[in-house]
Amino acid sequence: MLSYLIRRLLISIPTLVLISIFVFALQKMLPGDPVLALAGEDRDPETLNRLRDLYHLNDPVWMQYLMWVKGALQGDLGQSIRTGLPVTEMIASKLPVTIQLAVMSMIFATVIGIPAGILSAVKKGTATDYVANVVALSGLSIPNFWLGIMLILLVSVKWQLLPASGYVPLTEDAVQSIKTMLMPSFVLGTALAASLMRHTRSAMLGVLRQDYVRTARAKGLAEHTVVMHHAFRNALTPVVTLAALLFGELIAGAVLTEQIFTIPGFGKMVVDAVFNRDYAVVQGVVLVTALGFMLMNLVADAAYVLLNPRLRVG
Amino acid sequence: MTLHKTLILAALLGTTAMAAQAQTLKIGLESDPDALDPDRSRTFVGRIVFTAMCDKLIDVSPELDLVPQLATDWTVSEDGLTADMTLRDGVVFHDGTPFDAEAVKANIERSQTLEDSVRKSEVSSIEQVEVVDATHLKLHLSAPDAPLLAQLADRSGMMMSPAAFDDMAAAPVCSGPFKFVNRVSQDKIELEKFADYWNADAIKLDAVTYLPIPDSTVRLANLQSGDLNMINRLAATDVETVKGSSNLKYERADGLGYQGITFNTGNGDRADNPFGQDARLREALSLSIDREAINQVVFSGLNASASQFSSAASPYFDDAFPVQERDIEKAKELMAEAGYPDGLELELQAPNRPENQQVVQMIQAMAAETGIRIKLVAKEFATMLSDQAAGNFEASQVGWSGRIDPDGNILGFVSTDGGFNDGKYSNPEVDRILAEARAVSDQAERQDLYHQANEILNADKPLFYLYNEAWLYGVSDKVEGFTPNPDGMIRLENVSLTE
Repeated sequence: MLSYLIRRLLISIPTLVLISIFVFALQKMLPGDPVLALAGEDRDPETLNRLRDLYHLNDPVWMQYLMWVKGALQGDLGQSIRTGLPVTEMIASKLPVTIQLAVMSMIFATVIGIPAGILSAVKKGTATDYVANVVALSGLSIPNFWLGIMLILLVSVKWQLLPASGYVPLTEDAVQSIKTMLMPSFVLGTALAASLMRHTRSAMLGVLRQDYVRTARAKGLAEHTVVMHHAFRNALTPVVTLAALLFGELIAGAVLTEQIFTIPGFGKMVVDAVFNRDYAVVQGVVLVTALGFMLMNLVADAAYVLLNPRLRVG
Repeated sequence: MTLHKTLILAALLGTTAMAAQAQTLKIGLESDPDALDPDRSRTFVGRIVFTAMCDKLIDVSPELDLVPQLATDWTVSEDGLTADMTLRDGVVFHDGTPFDAEAVKANIERSQTLEDSVRKSEVSSIEQVEVVDATHLKLHLSAPDAPLLAQLADRSGMMMSPAAFDDMAAAPVCSGPFKFVNRVSQDKIELEKFADYWNADAIKLDAVTYLPIPDSTVRLANLQSGDLNMINRLAATDVETVKGSSNLKYERADGLGYQGITFNTGNGDRADNPFGQDARLREALSLSIDREAINQVVFSGLNASASQFSSAASPYFDDAFPVQERDIEKAKELMAEAGYPDGLELELQAPNRPENQQVVQMIQAMAAETGIRIKLVAKEFATMLSDQAAGNFEASQVGWSGRIDPDGNILGFVSTDGGFNDGKYSNPEVDRILAEARAVSDQAERQDLYHQANEILNADKPLFYLYNEAWLYGVSDKVEGFTPNPDGMIRLENVSLTE
């Protein structure tokens, strides 16, 4: 098991290198000059040139990339052109925020999506199944930004129950922190819940047709035990894969959700960075996200093995 | 007894918590400021935060007069080469360092020499800062520089504690009414009242927090829910909502900035188009536009239509150039004269923001009536800026946030070497007049020079103007004493919050 994980980790290194080259190249292909964007209303030609030199923007692109790699290997992801702060420091301060959002959204997604999926599979073809499907479809088709603004208007402006936006760190005031994150993680969670529900449903339907489920029923086990212990556990493998893949969707969704609820996380940082052509920040965020995505996949693979002994290989 | 004590304690805590809350003003900004170091700062919202934190040598009144702040008096010599300044006595920085002439000297030298200072060009005319005594100094200039005083009323004049120079961006130390407490980037900037402020009596608030919220709908929702007390850049379309809310009010000030259309008259191959080469066609387009209709439709009439670079709020507003009226007949005549009786095409680029897009779509429809077929190109702002600088455009709908000194609103845009002159318009006569207007300090004389420049620029039309943007604020009715200023800054003197 351990050697398998190590092998997987080693394979991910070339992937990371490719991703970093790809993102670097993509950014350089973007039209727009970071120094012009940055200089804003202070466009003294001499200042612009000095800034270009300062951030090595006059060097050839391959040299800029190599310099970035050299720094990255030493744990230095460069400096933000816009704020002047080290990128590693910026990421370190944003990461906990987005992780909190991701975890809370995942809780919403699983708490809503999985039971709904099981229920609609067990009650296939009944009214419950149709209602669950309609709800899931709406979850998939309602845009995040619309649901977000509607929730703010209703919950914060009209009922004044939750803060409209902003963020309080968990360590500072846990209750307030969870309050500010409730709406954003609900918005993000419902979209994911929909796909989780659909996949749990189809996985469950497949498993419920298996012989061993019929055997379990024939043994006279309670329906609850049959569904949860015999069927659900076996249906979990594809659901776990999906949950790991949804992590990517979560980060993508966080970009928009963080904008709407003005949560100072990863997504908001990367959007601002792209608009300001703050290359080092975009590059750093993508690297860390890619790393996170790979880790999630690794965890998912490890989880399969734990869930399904048949997958245990050398 | 214990229960009794606990209850009293709880009640006391409750009241203090309420009082503390009552005195913290929360302001929603449209974006997150960049570095909080006046020598490195480039954003407009950054200036708003500095207004509470960093006093300047000179301030600007709502009438746009230069008024004392850290300097109580100043005189410029007859030849314009020396400025004598008297400084306020007994002022200290937030870290306790006394503010004196030496500190001013150190600040100006920092603006001039710091490697990534973006203030260099603003204070480049200062050759030497001579410290006479603790409260008196002389600025020796290499050439007369009329806009310098206005620069000293902005970031170049913001005084930081020399003891804290090295760590300004992370923990700025100035001498303003509020001192820096904490910043979480893209989330909030917290300031608290500075007890030793020289004008402490005018400061009623205990603290102020700035929160960047880019989406104007969400910013307004935060104001409505009471999470914010005040928002900057209220959308014109939301003014009716604010007026309709019983617990909100709206404030407005004429701004100094403008939006207009800049033509590529000489920047690379793309300048070689009929509009780039013939001022009559540019005039024809200008004549096709009903500026007030744009203002009414897109901005609910809250902006001010314009046909010159100085806003009506400025003392340099030139009465000879009122808002140009729409005149299709005249426009058609000009086009026929220029050899295009059947009309022609023009590519117009504009930022991909809703308001700019609505403006250019109206222009497209209006211009069609004179036979100018506009092809619109929407571009993301950073892309548009670099395309513009590279000459990759025919015409561009672009604007400027405005400066209190007229020089800052025109020189860079039309002078041959101007940093913003993306159309590469060049007219030696304009260069000469604008240079002269920088060198004289008498207002009437300067007004006359700018009038001469307006005459030429109005005929040449390397760019023309559409409207001056107004500053719109949404304010909770619990906030009292706020006076908007044409420079768009939020001044917190005498602002209070009631429960």
